[in-house]
Amino acid sequence: MSMRLPKQNGEWINRSKPVKFTFEGMSFEGFEGDTISSALWAGNEHILGRSFKYHRPRGVLSLANHDVNVMMTDTVDTNMRGDVVAVKAGMKLAAVNTEGGVKNDRNRYMDKLAKLLPVGFYYKAFHTPKSLFPFWENIIRKAAGLGVVNFNYPRILKRKTHRHCDLLVVGAGPAGLTAAIVAAQSGLEVVVADENAQAGGSLTYDRAGSPEPLSQLQELMAQVAQHPNITLITGAYAAGYYADHFVPIVRADGIVKVRARAVIVASGVFEQPPVFRNNDLPGVMLGSAAQRLIYRYAVKPFSSGVVVTANAHGYRVALDLLQAGIKVNAVVDLRADGESSALAAEVARKGVAIRKGSCVYEALPQSGNMGVRGVSVCAYDEKTAEADTANIETIECDGVAMCAGWAPAAALLYQAGTAMRYDGNVHQFVPERLPQGVFAAGKVNGVYKLEERMRDGARAVAEAMRHLGMDAPAVEVAAHSESSPSHPYPVVPHPNGKNFVDFDEDLQVKDFINAAKEGFDNIELMKRFTTVGMGPSQGKHSNMNAIRILARIRGVAPEKIGTTTARPFFHPTPIGHLGGRSFHPHRLTAMHAWHEAAGAVMSEGGVWVRPAYYAKPGMSAQDIVQDEAMSVRTAAGMIDASTLGKIEICGPDASHFLERFYTGSYGSQKVGEIRFALLLDEAGVVVDDGVAARIADDKFYVSTNTANAAAVYREMQRWLQKWQLNVWLINVTGAYAAMNLAGPNACRILSKLTSDDISEKALPASHFMEAKIAGVTARVLRVNFVADQAYEIHVPAPQARGVWEAIMEAGAQEGLRPFGTDAQRLLRLEMGNHLVSHDTDGLTNPFEIGAEWALRMGKPFFVGQRSLKIIAKRSVTKRLVPYVLDEGYSGEMPQECNLVINAAGEIKGRVTSIAYSRSAGRVIGFAYVDPADVAPGSRFQVRADSGAMVDATVVKTPFIKSSKGDQA
Amino acid sequence: MPLRLLKYALSREHPAPRFFRACEKPKDSYDVVIIGGGGHGLAAAYYLAKDHGITNVAVLERGYIGGGNTGRNTTIVRSNYLTPEGVNFYNASVKLFEDLSQDLNLNLFYSTRGHFTLAHTESAMRTMRWRAEVNKHVGVESYVVGPDEISKACPQLDISCSGQAPIHGALYHAPGSVARHDAVAWGYARGADQRGVEIYQNTEVTGIDVQGGKVRGVHTSRGYIATNKVLSAVAGFTPRVCKMVDVQTPIVIQPLQACVSEPMKPWLDTILVSGSLHVYVSQSSRGELVMGSSLDPYEVHSTRSSLDFVEGLTSHILDMFPFLSNIKIVRQWAGMADITPDFAPIMGKTPVDGFYLDAGWGTWGFKATPISGKSMAETIANDKAPELIHSFRLSRFEEYELTGEKGAASVGH
Repeated sequence: MSMRLPKQNGEWINRSKPVKFTFEGMSFEGFEGDTISSALWAGNEHILGRSFKYHRPRGVLSLANHDVNVMMTDTVDTNMRGDVVAVKAGMKLAAVNTEGGVKNDRNRYMDKLAKLLPVGFYYKAFHTPKSLFPFWENIIRKAAGLGVVNFNYPRILKRKTHRHCDLLVVGAGPAGLTAAIVAAQSGLEVVVADENAQAGGSLTYDRAGSPEPLSQLQELMAQVAQHPNITLITGAYAAGYYADHFVPIVRADGIVKVRARAVIVASGVFEQPPVFRNNDLPGVMLGSAAQRLIYRYAVKPFSSGVVVTANAHGYRVALDLLQAGIKVNAVVDLRADGESSALAAEVARKGVAIRKGSCVYEALPQSGNMGVRGVSVCAYDEKTAEADTANIETIECDGVAMCAGWAPAAALLYQAGTAMRYDGNVHQFVPERLPQGVFAAGKVNGVYKLEERMRDGARAVAEAMRHLGMDAPAVEVAAHSESSPSHPYPVVPHPNGKNFVDFDEDLQVKDFINAAKEGFDNIELMKRFTTVGMGPSQGKHSNMNAIRILARIRGVAPEKIGTTTARPFFHPTPIGHLGGRSFHPHRLTAMHAWHEAAGAVMSEGGVWVRPAYYAKPGMSAQDIVQDEAMSVRTAAGMIDASTLGKIEICGPDASHFLERFYTGSYGSQKVGEIRFALLLDEAGVVVDDGVAARIADDKFYVSTNTANAAAVYREMQRWLQKWQLNVWLINVTGAYAAMNLAGPNACRILSKLTSDDISEKALPASHFMEAKIAGVTARVLRVNFVADQAYEIHVPAPQARGVWEAIMEAGAQEGLRPFGTDAQRLLRLEMGNHLVSHDTDGLTNPFEIGAEWALRMGKPFFVGQRSLKIIAKRSVTKRLVPYVLDEGYSGEMPQECNLVINAAGEIKGRVTSIAYSRSAGRVIGFAYVDPADVAPGSRFQVRADSGAMVDATVVKTPFIKSSKGDQA
Repeated sequence: MPLRLLKYALSREHPAPRFFRACEKPKDSYDVVIIGGGGHGLAAAYYLAKDHGITNVAVLERGYIGGGNTGRNTTIVRSNYLTPEGVNFYNASVKLFEDLSQDLNLNLFYSTRGHFTLAHTESAMRTMRWRAEVNKHVGVESYVVGPDEISKACPQLDISCSGQAPIHGALYHAPGSVARHDAVAWGYARGADQRGVEIYQNTEVTGIDVQGGKVRGVHTSRGYIATNKVLSAVAGFTPRVCKMVDVQTPIVIQPLQACVSEPMKPWLDTILVSGSLHVYVSQSSRGELVMGSSLDPYEVHSTRSSLDFVEGLTSHILDMFPFLSNIKIVRQWAGMADITPDFAPIMGKTPVDGFYLDAGWGTWGFKATPISGKSMAETIANDKAPELIHSFRLSRFEEYELTGEKGAASVGH
């Protein structure tokens, strides 16, 4: 039997495009434009899901993603919101969180166990005996959760775009559309976003059987369409409000990040379910859901129904049902006085019985709770919120429409920092104090009458314009004068419970009462203890009733209870939308392509990618590294050193700046000299080292460690701002490439490419000169970090590859080969040079690494000096020493970060560097040891991974014999 | 079903009493006033009563109990720190946590799942070995494992991290656990209340009365309370409270953000942390992925969320688990972390007599809840800090004896 109605004016489905799909193995046919839920409901399928905890059958509740009754998987995707996800041809759908299918879910027995599962039951049991907890935990974990994750789901890239506008309007209902039109007519550029597939808000479904709302909508849409200043985005929700009017608009294909000068929130209200026993049966739905089914999808919500209400909306729904040819057996109104407006008379005129001062005491289930067969109705006392069951009557029906009130969709307003107050006129929280540039309009603002809502949109625009410094007329909006759209307490107690407040979490009225009894009588504590509002729909249909119930328990007004904090996101937002693009920037040096062609195996250093070593067929990495190092010792090697940080310090105060920034002395440094540059933080901790070459009186060229370039530059800028020196800083890390040519043949190779005198005599160690190398003006620095004979050649990056190749070619006959960072690490170790952050950590001071020589403590000031003066008075607890393992040692090789353990079994330090050196013929390294054991010849022990103790001996550096190399 | 739940089915009235009394009016004086009704403050109250028989205690909470960082953290408990002092301290906390559900007679869902700190670089591997060696030395079960062992424990993890940050190995820490954070606060509150401690919610401390270098009382939104001993356990509000007694700390407040996905059936059994990708993630007993990242890099005294945080975090989550593209983030939030220069807490006495500080908990406070409560209770009862927290004393900053936990505390909660 099809529940599809004849064509409804304004329907969203395209009847010429049928869509075939299956649900739980059965075939269905819907239309393009249907959601999964509407297509299934049209196919007379009412059991669309099972509830989270009790596994009760569930059907449509809101048809608006305000609940998660309908969560589906299509074998690829999971946790799909059936109410709003468009049905597509070929979908193979099934409900999530069932065992054995939605109809025969084997977990349905949980409903019978409900009494054993009081609120917070999992806190009360399962922990004794302790040994059984893992058993229970396993069961609980498996029972929790909704859909099953598909591990083969692809990583999906979603587009992110930015959009700037004068005014963002959230919600394209009558208030939002009016706001957009008025603003656009005033010259503002407007973006309007609405989560629904089509604009119109309540005009698309809440019609009271009249054609009027649809023609009003068409009129508004015609104005929107013809105004170039309006961008309307539908199928797109505003996910959150972030500082300075930054609102991500999420749609199926990506995120539009809108930065607006002002924001109008016209996001409407969520209909709230009245609470009575079995209000969750399939067929019992919100009045607005019934209206959506009728007008958007042309689907009968049921054939013969009852409307339970406490506001005018229930009467509008009754008229909509009648218009669609659905039998309305009764309108049950909680209010003693019923509805005063003409709507009631119209409903009565159409022959519908109206029961004032009555409640639905319970919905009567079909067997297995698979549907509703009727409702029992009795008198209701609004004051005491008690049902009088003396005269109870059954009214048969196959569906119930629930219309008891609303809660503002105010998430964005809360996130923006709006203070809300409870308005007793409409029994709703409304904005009291809005932040600058944020405005509310329409129902979210407590305005319900259609004309007034539209006027409220215009009023909000006028205020926004004034905020933007424009003139705008005053717009008056009439106060609400009709019956309240929300009932203050639409809750009917029942001794057997199952009167649901939160459908996501299966929470009944008694859960709240009992939580309060246990002391959780503050809304935040109640939320956390009961989990109300913590499900996927985040309280959209439950928070307001929870507040009302708690207020009644405590005997205070809802305003006193307050609300829980609304956080992003408004709707759960896919991870792929938020983070779909993987962004891992790397920097490549100017010689990168050459390295790749030469077979380099790359490693990462900071943001850079650079050669670790150059692979050779049939050789292990270890052997290659030893060979690369050996060629530096015996002939020549060259490493791409472009990744070093390079900063120029210029200006009259340049040397003064360095004096303050680094520990050494630079005032007396002559042009052409290079000095060590040790950087401490204010606590005296070693953070970087490099060299400073004075290339002119007022200009220094400073290098930093690869990983520290950005941090050192930033620190320099920070200090410069404090010191206000006449200095400017230029970070030339990327502008200059560098290569380090090292080894006994280095000078001879380089001499082939220059007419400048770069001999040992003209350019001794720790000196700098500018020279033309292979026709390129280069900064040549004698820095003996890896070998005694070493030339750092710095050239502008665009010319570096040519210089590199020229040197490689010139060295071809001299045994020159490239080496990578692995060999460099070994070479510097052989030379006895420590590496900052490899041989030091976040607390290492210069005394611990024997760097006293680099400190000019007599200077008036340098960063960290004050701390060092204090530290110097204390004895050091560990010191870094060079050590060797015994000659011919062949046991377990200690690893870096193995601990140094003394005879008493205490930690005294750790190994920071260790490597076999072919040149030294030994295993060499650095380690922190007891300060008592630093004399050369002292012995200490390292505990290897397996626990084996390995002897080591303190030695002097360098580990290898110094060679002055080949004098060119 | 456990028999304990039967009474709920059999009795007409809900048979559970209040967790703690609804205290209306504070007394004129108390032996001890604790500022801050989070896990730490309530635990201190509990152990003051239980271990030391000091029950004339008021806990003053500005909002609701457990509403600060206790209810905002990502609930990871571990002890795989870097310094022996740190490892010993957090290990003592793990030991207390392991029996805490029984001690408080409240199921805290303390679930030992194993904790992997992933290393994507060789230098990260070195730090992992360092931590493993120190852990082993003091008897904590941590060791370095290779990619195969990680894959075995978490087959869904893309070891290459989408080719962007291949995993070299990890520090595996067997005792790594998660717990239900709110329940820890509630359990301590109940235990303290049962022993006579009074808990006042919605009660703000507006000033501390210090005379002659000694605490004399506190001014509150409910009037003046005389006391000689005040414990401040207020995390992100520490600078404000310390200002009341003119005690200086090097604490800065930085936001720490987190987010949670919608529930799904369990698949992630372990706790994963990646320093390089700035991610930590575990799956709660409700089936949600609970995720966090590193501190926001600036000082802000606010709990406002940012979009770029969740964008960055989810991008890295996808590097690890590319199949999560269409799983949804339900909620994001932020806490105010009180960060110290050495990423270790500040605990113990202060220059003001009778003013005790439990602060500097940055991003590592939840896991220390039991032991910090116990240690602070001992400090207050004896007016002397126990040896276990000596390394965390406030005076270490002027003495230049920092406790370097940066390598183990950041991005590893």
